[in-house]
Amino acid sequence: MIRLLVLFLLLAAPVNAEEIVLGLSRDQVSITATFEGSEILIFGAIKRDAPIRTDSDLGVIVTVAGPDMPVTVRKKDRRLGIWVNTESVDVDVAPTFYAVATNRPLTEILTFTEDLNTRISTQRAIRSVGATVDSAETFTEALIRIRANHGLYQTLPTGVLVQEESLFRTLIPLPANLTEGDYKAEIYLTRGGEIVDLYTTTIPVKKVGLERWLYNLAHENAFLYGLMSLSIAIAAGWGASAIFTVLRR
Amino acid sequence: MQIYLPIAEVSVNAFLLLGLGGIVGVLSGMFGVGGGFLMTPLLFFIGIPPAVAVATEANQIVASSFSGVLAHLKRKTVDLRMGTVLLIGGLVGSGLGIIIFNYLKAMGQVELLVQLCYVVFLGMIGTLMFFESLKAIRKSKKAGGVSVPTRRKHNWVHNLPFKMKFRVSGLYISVIPPLIVGVLVGVLAAIMGVGGGFIMVPAMIYLLGMPTKVVVGTSLFQIIFVTAFTTMLHATTNFTVDIVLAVLLLVGGVIGAQIGTRIGVKMKAEQLRIWLAIMVLAVCGKLAFDLLVMPSELFSLGTGGH
Repeated sequence: MIRLLVLFLLLAAPVNAEEIVLGLSRDQVSITATFEGSEILIFGAIKRDAPIRTDSDLGVIVTVAGPDMPVTVRKKDRRLGIWVNTESVDVDVAPTFYAVATNRPLTEILTFTEDLNTRISTQRAIRSVGATVDSAETFTEALIRIRANHGLYQTLPTGVLVQEESLFRTLIPLPANLTEGDYKAEIYLTRGGEIVDLYTTTIPVKKVGLERWLYNLAHENAFLYGLMSLSIAIAAGWGASAIFTVLRR
Repeated sequence: MQIYLPIAEVSVNAFLLLGLGGIVGVLSGMFGVGGGFLMTPLLFFIGIPPAVAVATEANQIVASSFSGVLAHLKRKTVDLRMGTVLLIGGLVGSGLGIIIFNYLKAMGQVELLVQLCYVVFLGMIGTLMFFESLKAIRKSKKAGGVSVPTRRKHNWVHNLPFKMKFRVSGLYISVIPPLIVGVLVGVLAAIMGVGGGFIMVPAMIYLLGMPTKVVVGTSLFQIIFVTAFTTMLHATTNFTVDIVLAVLLLVGGVIGAQIGTRIGVKMKAEQLRIWLAIMVLAVCGKLAFDLLVMPSELFSLGTGGH
């Protein structure tokens, strides 16, 4: 099997260059007060100098990754009749959002070694170096499962539509609970499991307007923000009381 | 209508928040509790990050308590002197509580301890109040529907030094018990992320012997200042007060509190207490259930950090 693969890879060595030309439906995502989630349309074309290769299958992989952040995964166990957190694993690097869209199942268009190097699959995008627990694997699996349930981690095995071997497009849904930051979009072109071209771009996800203003105030002028929160609370309390007094008369 | 909360960084239904605020507000006005012990777990449930829920809830309690206390001030059912003594204790207590909280957080089991605190205190207070009010209702029925104010027993509380006259409550007692009550409530309030009314109200009735009608207003008065202090602490150290979330909760909350205060006036004190007891026991039962039954997801995610 491996020998066959090696032979296959040798045959698939880049003879003629294929290049990605990309378009995005939007170059940034704005989080407004009524943000309910969004979606990005990523589309493009494959530019080539020579006729379409027929020796190997074309693979298109689109990944969109949110900012990396460490996360602690805790596991509950029964102690003295109640369920308490016992073991925990600190995951050093975990993207807050991660979507992998491919035109065919990932394992068919990307070799194991390439995945190791580029960290494309969700399992590889998460890194926990200092895990001391034996079953660290189940903790990263749990992390992927929980985030997937929130729509934050997505695997879309047939999410990329390829037409005429040269046009591709994919729609990546973004949930409402997005973390702010620069989202990195990467488009890989593979031939027989080997990457032949890579295109990288960033899509900033930013709070705008009132959301931006409040967030900045809360972090840069915390005391003032606290006082403002309290004033609003007291004004609202007094206002309701006054209105009800008038209504009773 | 979905709305994105800038600090919590999640999108939630605005009407859901208004409704939650309203219901908790009614209860707050009726019983003189801030409602935090109900609202904080509810906010966790709808997916607000715990740190944001606790901090924002403190801010919301300021609003509903302020609205409630105004109604009580008009009816002169606030013992300002007693409230001030309790407040001094409360501020000291919440300072201590935050130190304890951070220490437990460093040990990594804060969530469990908060839950256990809830179960133990809600269970104790709920049971105590339930049976006490049941007894009181039976007694008042025998007396032909007219509740006779029972003469308060003369216990150790009355033999302590630094006596002070609390005219509104009709008490002449030492300031030491109210100060201790204030400190204890402050500590628990900071650890559990609530105003502490559900602990203070019974403590005032059973320990200090204050009349029920005065207890509610006085408790609300003290809660305003303790939660305002907590809000400022959270806003300046953890940046976790979400003003948009707070506004939505308090719009519902202040209206609810006004309605609640009016319902509370029409109800008999014993009835009021038995309903509060049932509610406290229900929340306690739910939390105990969660601790005892195997959760569907054994794993949970926390913010990173070692």
